Amino acid sequence: MIIGLFNDWVVVVLMMIGLYIVIAHGNLIKKIVGLAIFQTSVFILYISMANVEGGSAPILAEGIKQFSNPLPHVLILTAIVVGVATTALGLALVVRIKEAYGSIEEEDIQHLDNKTQDETEIQATEGDQS
Amino acid sequence: MKDLFAVVMLLGIYSLLSASFFVAMDAVDVAFTEAAVGAGISTLLMLVVITMTGRSEKTTRHKPWLALLVVVFTGGVLIYGTFDMPYFGIADAPIHSHVAPRYINESMKEIGIPNIVTSVLASYRAFDTFGEVVVIFTAGIGVMALLSVGRRPEEDEKTTAINDSMHEEYLVIRIVTKMLIPFILLYALYVQFHGDFGPGGGFQAGVIFAAAIILYTMLFGLTTARKVINQSFIQFIAAAGVLLYGCVGIVSMLNGANFFDYNVLASDPVAGQHLGILLIEWGVGCTVASVMIMIFFNFAGRREMQQNNEKVNNIEGDSL
Repeated sequence: MIIGLFNDWVVVVLMMIGLYIVIAHGNLIKKIVGLAIFQTSVFILYISMANVEGGSAPILAEGIKQFSNPLPHVLILTAIVVGVATTALGLALVVRIKEAYGSIEEEDIQHLDNKTQDETEIQATEGDQS
Repeated sequence: MKDLFAVVMLLGIYSLLSASFFVAMDAVDVAFTEAAVGAGISTLLMLVVITMTGRSEKTTRHKPWLALLVVVFTGGVLIYGTFDMPYFGIADAPIHSHVAPRYINESMKEIGIPNIVTSVLASYRAFDTFGEVVVIFTAGIGVMALLSVGRRPEEDEKTTAINDSMHEEYLVIRIVTKMLIPFILLYALYVQFHGDFGPGGGFQAGVIFAAAIILYTMLFGLTTARKVINQSFIQFIAAAGVLLYGCVGIVSMLNGANFFDYNVLASDPVAGQHLGILLIEWGVGCTVASVMIMIFFNFAGRREMQQNNEKVNNIEGDSL
């Protein structure tokens, strides 16, 4: 009955895909997409845990004895809406980064940051000498 | 894949697929939310951002072996961890043995509404949901702080002219949308008030309502939409929703019960529960709808400002 853990493995695979995108890609939009995939894998983990063999949706009706667990549904329902609100916040930050740096690639931003840092250091040393 | 447009579209399809997976797992309320939020609003927001930040990803030269190693290792550890998990669909798993039986067996007597998800969301765990609503509200404020732009009236007139000329092309879509919007709004209200009996509730209704307004904004331009719905009014509604939610808790406290204990709101405990759930679902619906509209308005406003700046720059460049 090892196949009974299949749902958890799907979750792990999706989670790792999301994590890989977040680590390996430099584009900030892709990082947010990776986070969204990671987030959905957690939703699937909760919802698949809530499922009961032979159960039905947790809406009380005549003649139904077995229900799926309503508690994870509640937690995930609110988490989805909170998730989109936080994603929007992340996207807003991306827009501001694009305006400030002219790029949304991690490497370019790092490069620009290092350049300005070097310049300020040079200016500081010149100031000391004079 | 280097084309971000395709990436965002695939994410939308993935969200829709996971929504249908949630239906298969009996989580109808969750599926409803995921379909409206994941496949609708978040895809749209990402598309708006892509129009501002550019569509293609730059190729990177360094090899991601280290990232792959970390991911494979973490995945292996997690898979090893799953061997202690209960099997899928077993009725006596630990998750089903603590508070869930009480929710399933007692909620009809204590709350009196058939949808257990709504009674847990709005009554048993109302404090939790209040926290979530505050998070959404805060995220809305955050987006506003990051992206809001001051507007001048003469700019508005200019953009109106641009929008009018631009949208003549999409005549069929405009007319069909105009016909659909009242029904979408009506459906949102149905979802809002029918949440006690079937899948639905404040979160889903808010998102559907916002989707209708966003559809209108996309087709008729931001300036027209701002004439229909005043942005400061929307901000007021977002705050009022949170306030309404909190006030229900305070009123139940003033009546001598715990925070969010609705039994004391009416003479009969079950009637009190009904009233409390109705009010806080309204609070949730108002906040979610107006925060979503607010977020979209801010993104679209930012984009419009950038386009105007580019246009001004182009004109100056030509005259030189």
